Amino acid sequence: MGELAAFIILAIVTLLPAVVVVTSRNLVRAAMSLIPSFLGVTGLFVLLQAEFVAGIQILIYAGAIAVLILFVIMLTQGGTGTALRQVNEQQLVGGLVAGALTIALLGLLLRTPWPLVAGTLPRSNVAAVGGAFLTNFILAFEISSLVLLVSLVGALVIARREQ
Amino acid sequence: MQVGLNHYLAVSALLFGLGLYGILTRRNAVAILMGIELMLNAANINLVAFNRYVAPGALAGHVFALIIITLAACEAAVGLALVLAVYRNLETIHVDEINVMKW
Repeated sequence: MGELAAFIILAIVTLLPAVVVVTSRNLVRAAMSLIPSFLGVTGLFVLLQAEFVAGIQILIYAGAIAVLILFVIMLTQGGTGTALRQVNEQQLVGGLVAGALTIALLGLLLRTPWPLVAGTLPRSNVAAVGGAFLTNFILAFEISSLVLLVSLVGALVIARREQ
Repeated sequence: MQVGLNHYLAVSALLFGLGLYGILTRRNAVAILMGIELMLNAANINLVAFNRYVAPGALAGHVFALIIITLAACEAAVGLALVLAVYRNLETIHVDEINVMKW
């Protein structure tokens, strides 16, 4: 019972701010609404016993990405005024497409008989995640570190002012 | 009533649909990036939920979710740098006005 109540609250905390993110005319408000949405997803991760993923989600999404987006909104003032039209003329078509895809996804995901396995994760899986990264997933780990380096250098080169 | 896999899948599908709506209807490039972040979050919920309910012994879902979070950070950094460069050159970040390559 308690788990269900927590899940419903977290789902509302995730989805309501997401509606504000995609519909608000004020971009700063939209960016600030990203933070409760990310925190709701973090709560869902905790409910799913993924504590390490939840911590990283707070650090990177709620911390870094939200702040980065806010900074860019402040730096590009000419495009973010509330007087400007923030939606294009495809609102109806976009809503229909997104709604249709959501209904299709819901039907597909909820009707499929998933091979559920009863079992619990280890009590603390941080060490297990670290071990998995350095054994079975070492190639993905190394490649993602390389991608991180390349994107860091690329972002610096792109955003740098030409002399 | 227990919370099951289907509950998480429903939340993630709704979040994905909201992100897609944002991407399709927003003019501002930063707002489009926000929609992409919502969709990546939906994918992460799915991965972690499947890890919990379908393969509780393995940790592949957690590892995938962490790699997706890393790549989302990369994508946000490069995407926002591109937005800044476009704004400096064209004085606009509305994607329907950026058409200098359209003949």
